[in-house]
Amino acid sequence: MIPLREIAFARSGDKGSSANVAVFGRTPGSYAWLRDHLTAAMVEAYFKPLGTGPVVRYDVPNLEALNFVLPGVLAGGGSRSLRVDSQGKTLGQALLEMKVDAPGPTRTGQEPVP
Amino acid sequence: MFRIANASAFWGDQPGAAARLASLEPDLDFLTLDYLAEVSLSIMAIVRAKDPGAGFARDFIGVVRSLAPFWKSGGRTRIVTNAGGLDPVGCARAVQAELAANGLERLRIAVVTGDDVLAAMKDDSGPPPAGSANLETGEPLSTVAGRLVTANAYIGAGAIAEAVRAGAHIVITGRVADPSLTVGPCIARFGWRPDDWDRIAGATVAGHLIECGTQACGGFSTDWLGLPGASDIGFPIVEVADDGSCVLTKAAGTGGAVNFQVVREQLLYEVGDPGAYLSPDACVSFLSLRLGDAGENRVRVSGARGRQPPPAYKVSAAYRDGFKAHGLLTVFGNDAVKKARHAGEAILQRLGQAGFAYRETLVECLGTGASVRGIATRMSDVHLIETVLRVSVSDPSREKVERFTREIAPLVTSGPQGVTGYATGRPGVLPVFGYWPCLIDRSAVRPEFAFVN
Repeated sequence: MIPLREIAFARSGDKGSSANVAVFGRTPGSYAWLRDHLTAAMVEAYFKPLGTGPVVRYDVPNLEALNFVLPGVLAGGGSRSLRVDSQGKTLGQALLEMKVDAPGPTRTGQEPVP
Repeated sequence: MFRIANASAFWGDQPGAAARLASLEPDLDFLTLDYLAEVSLSIMAIVRAKDPGAGFARDFIGVVRSLAPFWKSGGRTRIVTNAGGLDPVGCARAVQAELAANGLERLRIAVVTGDDVLAAMKDDSGPPPAGSANLETGEPLSTVAGRLVTANAYIGAGAIAEAVRAGAHIVITGRVADPSLTVGPCIARFGWRPDDWDRIAGATVAGHLIECGTQACGGFSTDWLGLPGASDIGFPIVEVADDGSCVLTKAAGTGGAVNFQVVREQLLYEVGDPGAYLSPDACVSFLSLRLGDAGENRVRVSGARGRQPPPAYKVSAAYRDGFKAHGLLTVFGNDAVKKARHAGEAILQRLGQAGFAYRETLVECLGTGASVRGIATRMSDVHLIETVLRVSVSDPSREKVERFTREIAPLVTSGPQGVTGYATGRPGVLPVFGYWPCLIDRSAVRPEFAFVN
């Protein structure tokens, strides 16, 4: 198991009480792994402690990205939430800490797996 | 080549950015400055209640002052900004005074109005306006109607384009969609028809890329630590072409990076469905975008597809929703986290015993993964020698929240050994605004521009 950050980068942002987390493969190979394995259900279960609603995944193959929308994850959002992170600034970093059973970074490029 | 930069991503961004860009890149056609986040206008509304001259982003007057020497020495860069907030005309008058004080009366100032739809939303003489239910929760407007503070439609680029075409040097708006600050000058420059959806979509992408300032050049990026010159990340510039494509770059000599990784991150920042990014100027698909290498710190973004936007404007409304306060104390020593948590709960307990119950309370121990509590780390996994205790409350009653703020400092003597960091004094009581996103029919909104001089 490796942390997602070894094969991906990310960015999160807020929209009212919801947030989006975009996840990008560091190589075409790691993007293909994300596309085939990182499901909306996994992301929803991961962020359940923060109270997210049903997560929607959008595929963005031209940017080698997946975009996850997490409804209601910000406990009221910008002004209302009491949390230290009321705007979801940390959600991208949090998702990158997810442990996944993916091939490591040296084996996710376009080169053949040894 | 048509070059547009951003010099402010939000109200409170780097005050020197505009003057620096003007000195590094004196041939820029336009500077855009964004001051309005979701609830910025509500903050202005509260401040304006005490000070009628505070309905706009005063910081912008300082920006105008900082640019005066540039314009006096022949600089031609023009400005589009939403600094007008709730009072674009008041902002324009203040800009006019500042320009006059610098002998720059020749610069023409235009204001764009029509976004403020509070009166229409508050009008309870008939049925509630169509679309006024909360887009997130479905609740009817009547739930909060009496507490509405602001309601502003995200209007588009049309009136900005007309103002630019009419010769405005500085265009001051209230709420407009962030990318429209960029789309407006492009429409004026290239003469695109309003239904030239693909070109307008391209300019919308360009505007979306730069609206968050340095975020397009490496700020907020995953690999920030490895960026060159991360202490001095540049503000972004888009070079927009007649076909709506653009090259994203930054001023020479600034830090950060414009590369595929950073551009991809910023493209999807605050985006929902990438196949249908909604702006008042076009509904944009990002799924056809292509990135190309256009040189060092230069990325070409092309291929945007646009279609007609929805028949309603999005409205950002806000209502009063009570008050909140956050108290912070540093706790150092063995069992720091246990002590901090216990001390935080003690504050709430003491208040409870005195008859003060709150709508919401929260105890956080910073350093333990509190930003995303329950994820990535668990409280019991963490043994820290130091933590920051952060206790928060919210309530409809200001007095109750005020009372909470008096219970933080007493922990210095009644709490565990090793409590410090209390020198900043009693925490402030902050107003809470509920965010009310909804829709309003375009026929109920009349964006227009006018010169003030």
